[in-house]
Amino acid sequence: MPKLAHDLIFPLIAVVAAFFVGGILILLVGDNPITAYRLLLGSALSWPDGIGYTLFHATPLIFTGLAVLVGFRCGLFNIGAEGQLYIAAFATAWAGITFANRSAWFLVPLCFLAAILVGAFWGAIPGVLKAYFGSHEVINTIMLNFIAVALVSYFTQYHYRAKGDPILQSVFIGEGAHIARLGKFIPGLPERIPLNLAFLLALLCCLLVYLFLWRTKWGYEIRATGSNPTAAEYGGISIRKQIVLAMAVSGALAGMVGINEVLGYRHRYYDGFSDNYGFTGIAVALLGRNHPAGVIIAALLFAALQHGGIYVDGFSENVTKDIVQVLQGIIILFVAAEAFFKWSAGRFGFGRVRA
Amino acid sequence: MRDVFTWALVASTIRLATPLILAALGGLFSERSGVINIALEGKMLAGAFTAAAVTYAADVRFGMGNASPWVGLFAGMLAGLFIAAIYAYSCIKFKADQVVSGAAINILMLGIPGFLSGALFLSSGSTPQLPKDHLLPQSPYVIAIAIAILVTVIWYVLYKTPFGLRLRAVGEKPEAADAAGVSVSQMRYWGVLLAGVLAGIGGAYLSIGQSSLFTRNMTAGRGFIALAALIFGKWRPVQTLLACLLFGFTEAVSIQMQGAVKLPSGENIPVQFIHMVPYVLTIVVLAGFIGSSRPPRALGIPYQKEK
Repeated sequence: MPKLAHDLIFPLIAVVAAFFVGGILILLVGDNPITAYRLLLGSALSWPDGIGYTLFHATPLIFTGLAVLVGFRCGLFNIGAEGQLYIAAFATAWAGITFANRSAWFLVPLCFLAAILVGAFWGAIPGVLKAYFGSHEVINTIMLNFIAVALVSYFTQYHYRAKGDPILQSVFIGEGAHIARLGKFIPGLPERIPLNLAFLLALLCCLLVYLFLWRTKWGYEIRATGSNPTAAEYGGISIRKQIVLAMAVSGALAGMVGINEVLGYRHRYYDGFSDNYGFTGIAVALLGRNHPAGVIIAALLFAALQHGGIYVDGFSENVTKDIVQVLQGIIILFVAAEAFFKWSAGRFGFGRVRA
Repeated sequence: MRDVFTWALVASTIRLATPLILAALGGLFSERSGVINIALEGKMLAGAFTAAAVTYAADVRFGMGNASPWVGLFAGMLAGLFIAAIYAYSCIKFKADQVVSGAAINILMLGIPGFLSGALFLSSGSTPQLPKDHLLPQSPYVIAIAIAILVTVIWYVLYKTPFGLRLRAVGEKPEAADAAGVSVSQMRYWGVLLAGVLAGIGGAYLSIGQSSLFTRNMTAGRGFIALAALIFGKWRPVQTLLACLLFGFTEAVSIQMQGAVKLPSGENIPVQFIHMVPYVLTIVVLAGFIGSSRPPRALGIPYQKEK
């Protein structure tokens, strides 16, 4: 089978099988699967709301999908995108609040840098721990997720909340840090839909990640480390450096969720804003077969489901929007069982790089 | 700090540590057999939801009165077992990546309880309130004795029986165990299924012991704290128990502290920093900064029998 066909068919089978199992569950709770699925997917195709919101929801998923992808390509499992995006989003808001009076020319790049660098830093920590202390990145990224959430919640609650605000959120960022909603440029797309320039940034990142991984020496070394660490080391590649680099790039990509959320959408840090973006990123990367183009398609699918979930909640008898998470879980299970054929055993195993 | 260390705090520590202890000891079986268990969270959620739903049904529909929490506990255990069976099947039979399947189980179980409770109870993710006298026992004495017995049994099974020896062998050197005639996949099924049973009970205790209903995502990361305790406890039963008690203690303190406890300097310790303690300790110990915590050698690696 040609590689492309193979890459298209397996994810398709996983999705169809998941929808089939999900359909049985919907029947079990006494609803009609066809009606439920029509609500779930059909609402995503309407113009402008359906398409606008689907692209908006897809933006963070493209970032986290890419983040998980870069890790995977280096043989690392970054479950920490959730923590990286939280801490980076807070840093973005911090920059936007602290330098609120500056002009857009200064403030927007500064906020971008804050998101990217802080995300990269938080991602690099488990990279360093793995490369130099041999401790597993899966455990450390899980732990760092909780630490990140607690840290930003502390800063929001004690230092950056408006006096008397009952909601755990920061004050607003300066207007100079706002980035435009796409409704400004696209006729027929109302500006109330929060789809913003970060979506274009996400698409640009897909291209950049592709070029980085497949067209640069650093990217080649990361992939070499991922596919065969022993051979890579023998070939003169420093595995330790690649692990730290891959985790930092991964964290930076996850961190860019903060640009969409803070600069393009809410214009403040809102505690608990992430709708499991980091974990859905795992599903996006796996379903997208760890390729940037696949990530876009998979992110669109999950975003459409997320948008449709609201309609399912409102218009069906017994099915709730939880069906979205159920489908996601089943899709990953199917993809994982198949992944065995693609990814050799022990790739993510404990103690592999105990250097 | 004067009135922090009270008997109430000890009791609350024991109560809060119980679900962690059950899940962590379950994870111990799974990880010592060589299967990573980041799915503890999902298994606890399955146990918690099922236990609350079944207790409610037994109580209201079938009028089982005082027996209903025990029926619920059993059902919660079965739910954990069922989820573990799916996990075991994909990891051991299909040799799927353990971390990926574990993440899938966790995501799935974030959705399933809400999905079912929406249909069963027309609620948005929670089960109906149970009467206070139809819950599992909460006396710290009873719990402490039950846990002491459980840990002793697990310690004995793991270190003093042929079953325990085989389980540890397939987690350390599956090739050697295989050559000695031990079925690697069979032992790993045992490990993962026992983890499901214990995590299911742990989840059940959360919803029908500590609380009186299931609420959306009620484990709130306890499955991961249990995993942290397992690592902090160096994959050994008694140390894991102590780690769970420590983490239960931090939780008890953080609950009691809300606005109440001040440092001698007069400043409050923000509760968020107390929440971080288990996670920071785990990273520190795993990296070998203080002592060292070495995972079972074959952890996370699917076993491929040589042809």
